[in-house]
Amino acid sequence: MAHPHAIDELIAEVGTFAGLDGAYLELIAGCGSTTGFDAGSYPFREGDPADSFYLIRHGRIALELFAPARGQMIVSTLGPGEIVGWSWLFPPYRWHFDGRATEPVRALVFDGACLRNKCEADHTLGYELMKRFASSMLARLQTTRVQLLDVYGKPDV
Amino acid sequence: MVPEPFRVVETRRDTADTWTLGLEAASGAPRPRFGPGQFNMLYAFGVGEVPISISGDPTASGPLEHTVRSVGAASAAICAAQPGEVLGVRGPYGSSWPLALAEGRELVVVAGGIGLAPLRPAVLGALAESERYERIVLLYGGRAPDQLLYMDQLERFAADGLDVHVTVDSAGEDWNGHVGLVTTLFDEARLEPERTVAMLCGPEVMIRFAAQAMLDRGVDAGDIHISMERNMKCALTQCGRCVFGPTYVCREGPVMRYSDIDRFFSLREV
Amino acid sequence: MEVIERDSLDELFEALRRRDYTTVGPTLSQGAIVYDEISSTRDLPAGWTDEQDGGTYRLKRRDDDALFGYAVGPRSWKHFLHPPVIRLWQARRGEAGGFEVTEEPDDPPAYAFIGARSCDLHAIATQDKVMLEGAYPDPVYERRRRNAFIVAINCTVAGGTCFCVSMNTGPRATSGYDVALTEVIEEDRHYFVAEAGSDRGGEVLAEVSHRDAAAGEVEAASAGVERAAASMGRELETDGIKELLYRNYEHPRWDEVSERCLTCGNCTMACPTCFCTTVEDVTDLTGETAERRREWDSCFTMDFSYVHGGSVRSSSRSRYRQWMTHKLATWFDQFGTSGCVGCGRCITWCPVAIDITEEAAAIRATDGLGSAEGGADGTSTRDR
Repeated sequence: MAHPHAIDELIAEVGTFAGLDGAYLELIAGCGSTTGFDAGSYPFREGDPADSFYLIRHGRIALELFAPARGQMIVSTLGPGEIVGWSWLFPPYRWHFDGRATEPVRALVFDGACLRNKCEADHTLGYELMKRFASSMLARLQTTRVQLLDVYGKPDV
Repeated sequence: MVPEPFRVVETRRDTADTWTLGLEAASGAPRPRFGPGQFNMLYAFGVGEVPISISGDPTASGPLEHTVRSVGAASAAICAAQPGEVLGVRGPYGSSWPLALAEGRELVVVAGGIGLAPLRPAVLGALAESERYERIVLLYGGRAPDQLLYMDQLERFAADGLDVHVTVDSAGEDWNGHVGLVTTLFDEARLEPERTVAMLCGPEVMIRFAAQAMLDRGVDAGDIHISMERNMKCALTQCGRCVFGPTYVCREGPVMRYSDIDRFFSLREV
Repeated sequence: MEVIERDSLDELFEALRRRDYTTVGPTLSQGAIVYDEISSTRDLPAGWTDEQDGGTYRLKRRDDDALFGYAVGPRSWKHFLHPPVIRLWQARRGEAGGFEVTEEPDDPPAYAFIGARSCDLHAIATQDKVMLEGAYPDPVYERRRRNAFIVAINCTVAGGTCFCVSMNTGPRATSGYDVALTEVIEEDRHYFVAEAGSDRGGEVLAEVSHRDAAAGEVEAASAGVERAAASMGRELETDGIKELLYRNYEHPRWDEVSERCLTCGNCTMACPTCFCTTVEDVTDLTGETAERRREWDSCFTMDFSYVHGGSVRSSSRSRYRQWMTHKLATWFDQFGTSGCVGCGRCITWCPVAIDITEEAAAIRATDGLGSAEGGADGTSTRDR
């Protein structure tokens, strides 16, 4: 496990955690460690217990769903600086998509239960994190909604 | 102004519904000069005439190129034209992408779907003089991997110094690239808002969203240029159809500066 | 100024015919007074007047024999200068898959417009800007316009929907004519006070029996024009109207008018400054010959703003708004003047009596209503 100080430096650089108090960065770093995935591997599968989330440092992870006769469908890809995984925040704590590393990935992985407990113990930390996570979710929701409009498709005549 | 006969000398199918045609004047006259972003009115004999952006290289010689999407009777007839067939051409009309405004700065080209076609001449024009720009970036979003245009050329452009990032709205497992709206490429492309001069083309929804995303990051509205689309029949400011607020898209456009038009662009059904 | 007796007016027609003009003027047709080819004063609607109001047009007999005692009818001079239908070119398939285009020979007559009202003169001047200035002057319009001889009539009767006074376009003609006439009918006299507006106008007048006008006759003519000016059927407040409409693109009045508007396009057909057209590309059954026709069109059609997938302006609300804001606001930015000349035709010929002056007044009275953002000028009602 990497030294917590190195991790909190890494996460301080990331947009999502920018502006957090040094003490909080250390708290969060205490739940984290470094990890990596080979290209083509699956860090998580739909239905797996979601007890962690990732912060990508290098590489790309594709969120996919499998459908019979259609195979794996990519709904979104996430890259450096982005958080992968929200399902650890809320019951039933299960991943809702497959996650595939489309190229070699280096990431930080955070223990979801560890972080949830710290947020319950310190609501200020909880609020600060929720604000940041909500902002990321909002941005992603907005772009996903436009993506759903299929604007490049031929309009129905 | 009457259509000038131009013969199809080459045709290439880009995607299921898009073709790129190369045309040469039947009279043998040299290819007309054009600015990147300008369009011609293309006429299919007896069927109709439609405005199509010129998609070729303004700095190189060769046939007049148009990338056409088959969406109606006239465009379908044009897409189906085989080498040897003759189409009518009127033009070029309209305004051009203001590459000069990006000199010494970062030229960021954002294209969605068929919107890459009117931007291709701008990209080619910029690459031919790449030393004038700090950086030339292309952010390209398409519907799906098999509906992307010019992918073979983009690799060559990357070798020539184009910073290319591509994304699609949906893909299957054999796609290892980005999936998501074209604005999600801004971080990966390390967009520098104060250095950026942006040129956007694609469906109006995508342009609006991408322009707003740029404004949110601090790009100046005067540094964003977009290509407008409206019904055009005459391209001569006489039929009145392309009126967009106080402007004519066939004359003040199709390329327009965002700060000049944003008060009308944000209204619906104008 | 000169005086021409009513009985000498036919000499004007003769002088024009000697110069090979095709004389066009008001005449009775199908219950209205329209501009059509006429050959003498006998074709004029002598003794007739019109009653006009929103969605209403009726002819009524006068108690005198005035030749020009009415306002304007459904046609305007654009019918002749900017023809409703015209073939632009024909094309024939040639060898090796090619084709050859032949421009349509266009040899229009030289028109003499008899009885052009001041509002319509301003409309012609407005269309001159649209059709002749700019990078691509329209040759069809130019060929008809360059030779047109204009005999203006200063109105002594105001129509029920007229508002040229508000638009500063009448009732007195001040420019754009070769000859201007004002009709005067007194108990025992019927004459025209005439003046030339150009050299060729002076030459034509010289061939019509006349004498110098006496002061009383000039006064009588002026008084007639002033009576017309004082009895306008409508008013339009033009102060700051461009900015007013730019501010109010989201005004709820547009929803209200759209509930009445049928998008029939009558207003655009009758309006003397509307110029929009469409193009039809057709071919014969063999596919060997094709032609292109240009026809009047209207921004009220769904087709007008069609881009693949649908119309940019699909609601009637947006189409009415487009027409009115173009006419009264964006026209200024495009051509430097208003697009409206106050002739009132759009009010008269609207089947549901939508009144452009009423709509403008309603928006002005509730400026800024219903728009947090304000509209197209970027200001917010909160700032005011």
